[in-house]
Amino acid sequence: MTVNQIAVFLENKKGRLSEMTKVLGDAGIDLVALTIADTNEFGIVRFVTKDNEKVLRVLKDNGYTATKTELLGVEVSDVPGGLHEVLKVLGENDVEIEYLYSFARTHLQKAVILFKVNDTNKALIVLKENGINLISAI
Amino acid sequence: MKYYNKKIECMDRKSLKELQSRRLVNLVEFVYKNMPAYKAKMDAVGLLPSHIKGIDDISKLPFMTKQDLRDNYPFGLFASKKRDIIRVHASSGTTGKLTVVGYTKRDIDDWAECCARSLVMAGMSGDSVVHVAYGYGLFTGGLGMHYGAEKLGAMTVPASGGNTARQILLLKDFGADSLCCTPSYALYIADEMEKMGVKKEELNLKAGLFGAEPWSDNMRIEIENRLGIKAYDIYGLSEISGPGVAMDCCMQNGKHVFEDLFFPEIIDKETLEPKGYGEEGELVFTTLNKQGMPLIRYRTRDICTLTDAPCACGRTLVRMTRVFGRTDDMLIIRGVNVFPSQIESVLMNSDESIAPHYFITVDRVNMQDTIEIKVEVNEKIFSDEVKELENLKKKLEHDLFTMIGINATVKLVSPNTLPRSEGKARRVEDLRTL
Repeated sequence: MTVNQIAVFLENKKGRLSEMTKVLGDAGIDLVALTIADTNEFGIVRFVTKDNEKVLRVLKDNGYTATKTELLGVEVSDVPGGLHEVLKVLGENDVEIEYLYSFARTHLQKAVILFKVNDTNKALIVLKENGINLISAI
Repeated sequence: MKYYNKKIECMDRKSLKELQSRRLVNLVEFVYKNMPAYKAKMDAVGLLPSHIKGIDDISKLPFMTKQDLRDNYPFGLFASKKRDIIRVHASSGTTGKLTVVGYTKRDIDDWAECCARSLVMAGMSGDSVVHVAYGYGLFTGGLGMHYGAEKLGAMTVPASGGNTARQILLLKDFGADSLCCTPSYALYIADEMEKMGVKKEELNLKAGLFGAEPWSDNMRIEIENRLGIKAYDIYGLSEISGPGVAMDCCMQNGKHVFEDLFFPEIIDKETLEPKGYGEEGELVFTTLNKQGMPLIRYRTRDICTLTDAPCACGRTLVRMTRVFGRTDDMLIIRGVNVFPSQIESVLMNSDESIAPHYFITVDRVNMQDTIEIKVEVNEKIFSDEVKELENLKKKLEHDLFTMIGINATVKLVSPNTLPRSEGKARRVEDLRTL
């Protein structure tokens, strides 16, 4: 019950991100959600799409270093405190969060949160126990 | 005091040649008897000690290289009994193996004399205060200059490297009139003095003996202006003894080689044939008087020229120019000898067992050597987490420091961005202009 994410290494230099988005756009890939973690020297672009296998292939063919990572995906009501509900459960159960990002599904009044945690199996169990809605596809 | 050993330093060339001849004949006999590795080299070309009758026969003798030191690690080239060896020094080798040098009591005395002669050439005497900021330890710089300064009877300050603020305090309070360190460290001291608000007039410094790394005339002028001293170039290498193989005199127009102890030759770097004075080639030394680990026709890999033109300082010893370059790929970074293969082995030996494409860039920023190693991020080392990549960078930097002793900056770069070539990959770029 996890969501696949693609992470790509990019140097923190002018034009690098747009070069990559051009490659993805030309291949007809629709980005569902995207986030960038950056340092002075490099960035890690992380995103999810509907066809991660194809994305991985396209990126490698174009000389990028990319990798697939399993994330936890949860869907919460798009209301105040929605994210906190989930974080509280993870925190109380000593699950550490490496990073997260989210996007809203406005038409459904829902928000999707994607997590990278230190212990995915444990997180899955405690989230299920607390009735939080896990998703595997977006 | 103009000369430490006038008899030798100003000896007429004919008498010097006789001394060199006598010493070479004795040396070859001694080495043949006591160093099996060199005996084997002589045997291989059918050469006997009796074939060497004087210094003109030196070109008959086989060469030695750093590889001989590696092959005979640690003590295989020692020609004296271990109980007669009173000291060892060592420098890092290309494969992680150290190259080791052993000294007898007489070797240490000879070496100390060379450093004492060098100090006198820089205007020092028994009344001087000599501040030694070369590293003390396996590196020859610190202890070499230390013994020379003591032999001269100077007050010796064994400051060693590091803690620059304290060095400046010592220079000021102890009134040192000479400073021994690498030229880049001398400039670093000048920078720090500026930051601390210490003016050059507050110091008593008159001269600096700078070596262990290549430097330019521009750098000399900068050091002289900023520290208000005369900056002298001192040359040496641990295999031959250490600092004090050759030294600038007051004319600062080439370094006099202490030829009574170290016989210099220039050879063609391709054919290995001897070349004459004034011709550029690889510098080769024979240690005429050493017992612990004598070397015969040791190839330094340094490229320079020699001249026997008379020098206004009165010394008759031949002079060598600045080292123009190397015949191997060794880099000298802030006085530390580094081979690209050492850097490669650190990259390959990291826990991730990466086999990355890398590229080394050496530069000089604000007169300090810098080294940056770009590493392409491949799938084996890539992570979706920033902290993992930063840890990898830190680990590589740490390993490079602990294994080779260099402060390198590791930069992670995109795949397929570093130069590649069909044959031997060009992996080093040296942007320093000397």
